[in-house]
Order: sequence, then C-alpha cells, then structure tokens
Amino acid sequence: MAETLLELEGLEVRYGSVPAVRGLGLSVDDGEIVGLIGPNGAGKSTTLHAIMGVVSPYAGEIRLRGRSVRGRAPESIARDGMALVPEGRRIFADFSVEENLRLGLAGRSRHDRLDPLERAYDLFPVLHEFRRRPAGVLSGGQQQQLAIGRALVATPDVLLLDEPSLGLAPLAVDSVFEALRRICDHGVAVLLVEQRALHTVALADRTHVLVGGELQLTLTPADAHDPDKIVSAYLAS
Amino acid sequence: MILAALNLNFQTLSDAIGLGAIYALMAVGIGLVFGVLRLVNFAYGQLIMAGAYTLAYTSSWPTWVSVVTSFAVVVALSLAMDLVVFRPLRGQSPAVMLVTTFAIAFLLQSVALIVDIRDGTLGEVTAAFSVLNEPVHVLGGDVRKITLVSIAVAAGALLLLALLLAKTTIGLHTRAAAQDFRTARLLGVRANRVIAFAVVLSGLLAAAVAVMMTVSAPFVTPDFALQDTIVVLVGVVVGGIDRLWTATLGGFTIGFAWGVINGLLPTDKTVYLPSAVFTLVIIVLLLRPAGLFTWGRQAAGERV
Repeated sequence: MAETLLELEGLEVRYGSVPAVRGLGLSVDDGEIVGLIGPNGAGKSTTLHAIMGVVSPYAGEIRLRGRSVRGRAPESIARDGMALVPEGRRIFADFSVEENLRLGLAGRSRHDRLDPLERAYDLFPVLHEFRRRPAGVLSGGQQQQLAIGRALVATPDVLLLDEPSLGLAPLAVDSVFEALRRICDHGVAVLLVEQRALHTVALADRTHVLVGGELQLTLTPADAHDPDKIVSAYLAS
Repeated sequence: MILAALNLNFQTLSDAIGLGAIYALMAVGIGLVFGVLRLVNFAYGQLIMAGAYTLAYTSSWPTWVSVVTSFAVVVALSLAMDLVVFRPLRGQSPAVMLVTTFAIAFLLQSVALIVDIRDGTLGEVTAAFSVLNEPVHVLGGDVRKITLVSIAVAAGALLLLALLLAKTTIGLHTRAAAQDFRTARLLGVRANRVIAFAVVLSGLLAAAVAVMMTVSAPFVTPDFALQDTIVVLVGVVVGGIDRLWTATLGGFTIGFAWGVINGLLPTDKTVYLPSAVFTLVIIVLLLRPAGLFTWGRQAAGERV
C-alpha cells in the first residue's frame, strides 16, 4: 500500500474574520498526482500557502509523512521535503538560469549520488542550453520549466504547483502537464492547483473541486469526459 | 588645469576621494541590511561610535589587539541588535522599524555618555594610527597616508564583497533574499542565516570605518560619526536605496561632493558646507527621485 506523504485534516484558514478554507481534508500518497480545482477565490492557493507555512491555519492539521508541519517556518518545511512552484513562477529574473536552479538546492532534503541540477537538465534540456543566460530572457514556458526544475533540485517528496499553466500558450501547457507525469514517474508526489479543470482531471489520479473554501466533489480521470459534472460542481457555489 | 580653474588642489581632491571611499563603505553597510530587512538602520553610526570608543579604551594595548577587539565589539553589538530588536520586529511596518532604530541610536549614545563621563571629562582619545596622518608624496602632490589606506580598504572590501555575493552559496541566498524574501524562504533559504550574514558584514564594515575615521578624528565623543551617518543615509537615497551598488555609489558621491565643496569654500565660509551639499541633494532628488544611478526598470531589480 502506498505511503501517505501529505495529509490535511479539517484545515481552516481565515483572513481576519473571513474564512478562506473551511474544514478541508485531503491526502496525497506516494506516486500520486492529486488535483485541486475550483473557481477564483475558492481557497486553492491559500491551501498551498498554509501547507508551506506562509499563512497560519486557524484550525486543523497538516502532516508530512505523518508529522505535523503546522506552525513551522516555510524554509523548515521546504527542507523537510516539500517544494512549491509558486503562482507567477517567481523566478529571479536577474540571476542566471543556473543560479536559479542552485537556489533550489537550499531546500534539498536528500543527498543522493545524482547531481540534482542534472536531474532538472534531463527533464528540461532547454535549461541546460540557456544555463548561463539571465532567467528573465526565457519565454513564459521556459520560465515555468525553470520554476519546476528549481523545485525539483531540492529532491522533494511532495511537489506543490500553483497554477503552472497560467499565462502559457497551449503548446507550453501541454509540455508542462507532460512533465508533471514524468516527475510523478520519478517518485515525486504532486499536488496540483489549476484553473484548467479538464486537463487536471484527465491527468490526476484524483481531483478535488474546491468551492467557497469547501471540498465539493472528488473526480477521477474517467470524469474528464463528463464536463457537465465539473461545471455543475463549479456552479454549486 | 581644470583643478586650477576650480581652485582645487591635489590634496583636497585626494581627501575628497578618501572621504568618498569611507562613506561608500558605510553605504554598503547600511545597504546590506536594508536589502534583507527592508530596514534603514539609523543606529549604524552608533556601531561606528562603539568601535571608536573601543579603540580609545584599548589604546594602551598592542595596536592589532585593539583593532581586533574593536571589530569584535562592533560585530557582537550588530548581532545583539538583530537578535534583541530586529528579529522580534521583523515583518512590522518600515515606519516602526525606522523609529526603533532611532530609539536604539539614542539609547547607545546615552550609554556611551554614561560610560564616557565616569572620569569627569567628555571624550576619549585614540592614538592607534596617528602615523597615518603624515603626508606622502604621490603623483607630484602630497597625500595623507590615511587617504590612500581608505581608498585601498574600500576597494579591497568592495571587491571581496562582490566576490562573496557572486561566488558563494550564502551570497546567492543573500541576493535572493534581498530581491524576494518570501520566495527565497519557500525555496529553503534560511531567513535567520542570511540576515545574520548581512548584519555581520555590515558590522565588519562599521568597524573598519571606525578605525579609519579615528585617524582623522581621534577625539571620540558619544555623537561620533552621527553627522556622517546622516550624510551617508542621504547619499544612499540619492544614489538609489533599492540596489546595493547604486547606494554605494551614492555614498561615495556625497562623500566626494562634501570633500570638494569643503575645498572650494574659503576657510571662513565652511559653515555653509552642509547647506550647500543638502541644496545639491534636493536638486538631485527633484530631478531623479528614484536615485541618481538608477535607470529604467533597474529600481525593481536585484537589490544586493
């Protein structure tokens, strides 16, 4: 049986008195891709921020490999095997591609014999080609590859992605989704927050629909052929 | 010929470069901490003052022991400042942080006053490097040795700092933290470590400045380096506070301008020096509010 790597239980996050996430429970097992979709303001990004320690949960529990990470600093959670590809990529535009990747080493949780930068270069050869260039000159799709590569050099157990397809051309989106499957095949569990619902449902082992901060529905890849089901879940709010 | 037309002699020009070099080091010290903490440390001058007092109180010791002790005191004080005040207040508004550094500055000044007047007199004298006030003949003119030392120390320190920031992991983490602290932390960069690194470097620079300043001004009082800090803070803003290198250039420029205008003014008119420099500052800020050395999108770029 696959080990549960990330587990949320009754997670509640509030901004002042306004609830953003309400009683959310989900788990991500070893070798799994779990999707989290929903309309704008559903609490998807807030959930990722709570997992990474950027915002403090009001209630509930967040466990990584069975141990609570609630209340810990983001860098401590990153060093314990969780990596986030943030919304908008947040690459360091003035730094070279290689420097951006080396920054990812700060969160390295395992030290195996493989050169972690080589791992990113294997997955995204264009990063090797442009490794000496400032990251700011890369195209949007290449910058997204860099953001994912930077997270992977930390050799995380769980990779969180916050809308990696945002602002990308269709071809670049396909390339990112294809890369996620390969990443998962390399033994990294993925929690994917996305606006592209059909793409996500088709890719992920399970996809949770979050509406108004609450878990509305859980979909499987078979539901990718039933857009009405997804739409009705979105409209439930 | 230009020098003659401006009524500037070689020594005035070299002294101005020397002062610019010292102010550049102070600007780096202030800029490093600003980069990672978004905090303008008004108490930076009191670190220099503490270093100068340490040199004065240990002036009977062997020179190198006195200097090392001064460095140790300033770095320890910098770290204590971070641990006791900056760290608990991290994340507060810039206004709160700035007022806090004002409070620290006046607190340290008061403590220095209490310690200083125990012997019934105000002020202590340092004697460590008085020999550096002697002139040396360079390029057909006389230059004080301390001027050459200041320029060499500033150039060496800046080069070393540039290498440290560009070639080491902690340097990379510091640059990243200065640009986008939240993303850096999400990648695993340890906030406390990069801040401590910047604070220690800033302290080392303050100690170096204390040693060089006491050569020209060996009489140390509680307001030692206070005016210099204010001038450098202005220079940092004039240069462009958002980037370490523009801030450094701003520090150098205001020190150089201070030295040159001082040389141009007749001896009985030096009272007009601050008003002349600050008038120039206002004009520059009106023309280039983002910073004298900041162009286009640079203001939003790499800070350290």
